[in-house]
Amino acid sequence: MSLRATGLTVRYPGASVPALEDVSFALGGGELVAIGGPNGSGKTSLLRALLGLVPLGAGSVTLDDRPIVAWPRRALAGAIAALPQREEPAFPLTVHDAVLLGRWAHLGPVAPVRAADERAIAEAMSRCDVADLGPRGIETLSGGEWQRVRVARALAASPRLLLLDEPTAALDVGHEMALFELLRSLVSEGLGVLVITHQLNLAARFADRMLLLDRGHAVAEGTPREVLSADRLSALFGWPVAVERWHDGSPLLVPLRSGEPPRGPLANLPPTDEMVP
Amino acid sequence: MTSPTARHPFALPLLLLAGAAALVAGVLLGPVSLSPAEVFAALVRGDSPSAGIVRQLRLPRVLLAFGVGGSLAVAGAALQALVRNPLAEPWLLGVSGGASLGAVLAVILGLPAGVSVAGCATIGALGAVALVYRIGAVAGRRLDTRVLLLAGVVVSFFAGAVTTAMLVVVDPFTFRTATVWLFGGFGGASWSALRQFAIVAVLPLGLLWWLARALDLLALGEETAATLGIDVDRTRRLVILATAVLTAATVAVAGMIGFVGLVVPHAFRWVVGPMHRRLLPAVFLAGGAFTVLADAVARTVLRPAELPVGVVTALVGVPLFALLLRRSVT
Repeated sequence: MSLRATGLTVRYPGASVPALEDVSFALGGGELVAIGGPNGSGKTSLLRALLGLVPLGAGSVTLDDRPIVAWPRRALAGAIAALPQREEPAFPLTVHDAVLLGRWAHLGPVAPVRAADERAIAEAMSRCDVADLGPRGIETLSGGEWQRVRVARALAASPRLLLLDEPTAALDVGHEMALFELLRSLVSEGLGVLVITHQLNLAARFADRMLLLDRGHAVAEGTPREVLSADRLSALFGWPVAVERWHDGSPLLVPLRSGEPPRGPLANLPPTDEMVP
Repeated sequence: MTSPTARHPFALPLLLLAGAAALVAGVLLGPVSLSPAEVFAALVRGDSPSAGIVRQLRLPRVLLAFGVGGSLAVAGAALQALVRNPLAEPWLLGVSGGASLGAVLAVILGLPAGVSVAGCATIGALGAVALVYRIGAVAGRRLDTRVLLLAGVVVSFFAGAVTTAMLVVVDPFTFRTATVWLFGGFGGASWSALRQFAIVAVLPLGLLWWLARALDLLALGEETAATLGIDVDRTRRLVILATAVLTAATVAVAGMIGFVGLVVPHAFRWVVGPMHRRLLPAVFLAGGAFTVLADAVARTVLRPAELPVGVVTALVGVPLFALLLRRSVT
């Protein structure tokens, strides 16, 4: 499946400047695309626009050449699973029931929950390391556990494309890495994954392509190596950033302390076997 | 916390039993106490001494009370999911204000009691919801539940002010008639009232059952619900329409019975969990049973006089609910 945005402009009512202006973007199966940029640069607006959740000022979004707004929401949810950035459930669901809600696209209003649904739920929960949490109330979870449950809910829909808005925001290093490895293995199974993230170092090592946004405009798109340069990032974030190389050649960002020289010892390290994680 | 499903696997069968027991108790209790044998005789033989009481008074009355109480609880549960707030109740969207205004107008204008009071209350209720909806969906923008909530409050306040102003100038008898009506009751129950109610209520009840899973999604919030695959605006419109018609149907036959629609869904979310496929049937049975019992109390404690059933639901229900709340917190 391919999701394609062309010349997107999004303007919220009452806002003086558009949240997005003339942004084009495409996501297909078998690739992991990361979107970065400062706070308020339009990342979440782009995700909303891709999902047909905000009216477009200009441009178009299509999924398999069909306008996104022409897709019935249920059919769309069966093709694209998404994880909004923020969410506060009103009532204390169990973890299992929360993940079950990800099956709506397949279940609809009245179909009984069948073995295939339970299998999809169990597999999604196990891939997100929340298999043991099934009977727990979601109000008892830590922020990171809840985040993993939400990713499991998105996977339970058995989607072709997966759009995640800061999925690792509350995760510890281990679960953060586990999630990116999970995204990579989903991509190898043919899924297309878009992830909005502030973890540019992880994006650099896991993403096939990156898109950087600044004040609603796309300022760079390409492979992480092409996109993540020290000058560009320093200008983008308004903070001096050095870019070193990890031994596999992927860019490694180091934000500098004030007065710190922009070259560290890392670039001089020879690639050794001990450094392979 | 363990899964509500695992904790209370028999909740629904038990509620079914409780509902049946409440119906039986409701037929036995009343200004004239009947023995089970007398009721049985009345049911099988039309010429038994108590046949009139049982067949023409008690049976339609308990069935109507059950249907009305269950419907209010279902409407309350659905609206709590719609606005994502456990404080929501069936009167939320201006229904109470509109219904009171309509009913009091009918009483003051001296329209014949019964049908026309009910009719005016229903028109008032639906009119108020329509107004609230208009305010909530300003200028073609998407429906915002916060605006909707506030609109419900202000429309209710406005209608309440008009109602009060009218009640101040009327004679004491009219005032009393209107006030008693406002607290609700099943004094006017009959087979025809039951039939009328059933015909109107069955569609919105069915619609809400069909929307049960969509309500689960709505309760997660607008953006999540949309990404998981429901048309949020359309679902909200259907929920508002269904609950408005359902609540107005209860107002038409029984006036305004408070408390059931607020507390029963709230209490049973602890028992069967918040998934609406289980919650809606559970609160229908529980709300029905509770209202039948409240009505039995309403017509026995001061016999031969009757308390408005809304007074009983509040007097019995509030302390009960306060206890529940304390237990759930500790």
